[in-house]
Amino acid sequence: MSSDAATQLSYLDEGAGPRAWLLTTDHKRVAWLYLVSLTAFFFLGGAFAVLMRLELATPGGDLVSDDVYNRLFSLHGIIMVWFFLVPSIPATLGNFLLPLMIGARDLAFPRLNLASWYVFVFGSLFALFSVLAGGVDTGWTFYTPLSTLYANGFVSTAAMGVFIVGFSSIMTGINFIVTVHTLRAPGLTWFRLPIFVWTIYATALVMVLATPVLAASLILIVLERVFGIGIFNPDLGGDPLLFQHLFWFYSHPAVYIMILPGMGVVSEVLPCFSRRPLFGYKAVALSSMAIAVFGFLVWGHHMFVSGQSAYAGVIFSFLSFCVAIPSAIKVFNWSLTLRKGEITFEAPMLYALFFLALFTFGGLAGLFLAALAVDVHVHDTYFVVAHFHYIMVGGMVTAYMAGLHFWWPKMTGRMYSETWGRIAAAATFIGFNLTFFPQFVLGFLGMPRRYHTYPPEFQFWHVLSSAGAVVLAAGYLMPLFYLGWSLFRGARAPDNPWGATGLEWQTASPPPPHNFERMPRVSRPPYAYAMKGLKHERFSPHKETTGETAA
Amino acid sequence: MSASTRSVAFDTPAREKAADAFGMWVFVGSEAMLFGAVMLVFFVARVSYGPAFAAASKHLSLTLGTLNTAVLITSSFTMALAHFYSDARRWRAAVGTLAATALLGIAFLAIKGTEYAMEFHEGIAPVLGAPFTFDGPDPVHAAFFFGLYFTMTALHGLHLACGIIVVAGLLALWRGADASSRKRRVQAVGLYWHFVDVVWVFLFPVLYLINR
Repeated sequence: MSSDAATQLSYLDEGAGPRAWLLTTDHKRVAWLYLVSLTAFFFLGGAFAVLMRLELATPGGDLVSDDVYNRLFSLHGIIMVWFFLVPSIPATLGNFLLPLMIGARDLAFPRLNLASWYVFVFGSLFALFSVLAGGVDTGWTFYTPLSTLYANGFVSTAAMGVFIVGFSSIMTGINFIVTVHTLRAPGLTWFRLPIFVWTIYATALVMVLATPVLAASLILIVLERVFGIGIFNPDLGGDPLLFQHLFWFYSHPAVYIMILPGMGVVSEVLPCFSRRPLFGYKAVALSSMAIAVFGFLVWGHHMFVSGQSAYAGVIFSFLSFCVAIPSAIKVFNWSLTLRKGEITFEAPMLYALFFLALFTFGGLAGLFLAALAVDVHVHDTYFVVAHFHYIMVGGMVTAYMAGLHFWWPKMTGRMYSETWGRIAAAATFIGFNLTFFPQFVLGFLGMPRRYHTYPPEFQFWHVLSSAGAVVLAAGYLMPLFYLGWSLFRGARAPDNPWGATGLEWQTASPPPPHNFERMPRVSRPPYAYAMKGLKHERFSPHKETTGETAA
Repeated sequence: MSASTRSVAFDTPAREKAADAFGMWVFVGSEAMLFGAVMLVFFVARVSYGPAFAAASKHLSLTLGTLNTAVLITSSFTMALAHFYSDARRWRAAVGTLAATALLGIAFLAIKGTEYAMEFHEGIAPVLGAPFTFDGPDPVHAAFFFGLYFTMTALHGLHLACGIIVVAGLLALWRGADASSRKRRVQAVGLYWHFVDVVWVFLFPVLYLINR
């Protein structure tokens, strides 16, 4: 297409009114729509968590009643999982970067992309309604028969919200899969794709194939509550355990929906700040696909104590250990990427290194839980809470922050404050470990999850955890301010501030409306950091620009 | 970008048509998981409560079920014709067969509605608090069968209704669309229609035949 007139204009110059934003089909603007809505949900879900940690600072039930506490953790889980974590990286960074990284002008279905955001907003209205109307007390898992027979909150409304948001996931997934298949730039073969694209692709596959199963189980819950069809009610011939099978058939793969894109971000950031090509590129790419496949086969490990057969338990335990293999392949390859690198510690790199530490730690804790006998001991305790927060928050949210800082100059055309970025990264790392490490101890000592009171001997660990939550909250609030400030006052970002490889860095910051002035051709493998004759310029707002030639 | 592609991302209409078809295949894959999950529930229950399910299944109307199967397969045939005609740019024939497809879809829903009414009348619809009477061996699990029957067929009917609306929309936008858009849309809608048909091809034997 001709772009003579658009030489100086970026996608941000295409109109600033509500119409220009709300009716846009530009994937870069849709990414911003998602970013703003997801940030709101992140802090809403976070507020519930802060209230819980406040309540748990003392052994008695001083701040909230047991019923309110049940609603707090339910809403925290529902909002964080479905309205933040599942869409987080794919819908924001993925939406923004996927076409840029593969050298396309937009996603394959730009209108479907915008529609997915509206569906997301529509679904979130249901969830917000159930929050305002009095909440849900089933936990984020909606287990039957509690959710169908006994729960007195707005279960149907919340379930409908999650159901509708699922459609938005499926729409995004279809869009990404088709885009990766049909819109790669000339010369961009599958094994030249950045790992971020591989992980987004694997995530999209899981979204498309697992979300409908969640939809089915939520429909059945609503049918049971509203129409009286007793699929999960033993009195009517149904089976409550069936719900857990269906639910975890989605929700375990959903864990990989949440973590895979984070792995993609880290695979971009680590090579860039160590000036080394990604070690074992093909192994990392294919292990993403392996994780996506294995993810479908391990749902039973959530049900070791739910009364499934012991044989099923043994098989699910074995398969759960198998997931550790592709995950470990990634961790080893990331570590080897750092070897002999010229490592610098900018904020995205700090976040990525923290991801590496926290994900490894949380993953190893996962092996404890995959072991049948150990799981029976720590099931439904804070050990499990700590494990999945190490993966979901320590892993996923940390990677999200890494990606947000790394691509912020590309998205906004502005540099954020590096000093504040490093302070915030350090605060989240310290705050996170202070919050969640004590929970491993608590769980092992036998503190069950989902209780608002506890015996006084646990108070030491709970106070540590609550104190950490304050530091963690500060770590997450800081970016809100310095990133927001940079939007208006930040130094102008050059096209490629980090001297990174990847097509997204070859266009302007911020990119023009259709991404590239001239459509790119690709003739190099990805992460060509150590290739001869390739000069990397790195931007520093404080120092003079240094010209570095990769070794 | 040429004028005849809908998305700025594509260079040629042919490439966009291929992408649309691929997108629809991916969506169909997703839908297959939805119906797969519900059918899994049915099969688990069928294994657990075989005799009750067999007895309950005999109360469904085999005549109307068979008739509906014929109606729906015919609609898939007219949809295939529409695809053929639109590729051959025989627009009048394409419009005619599309309209026939939608009408057959409506006929299916009408017959299904009649069947539902009969079942409510007979008292074997354990939904919405309707009175349930069943004189077979195991009424609790028979009720479970009918609950699943209504869930599965209603879910299918909902998909068919969406298909009818989409075909109607396609016809409404027909005049304003150029040749490549028409072909692209007929192909994508056709794929979806055939999928909904195939779902019924599974539901019919599973609900009506397998228990006899």
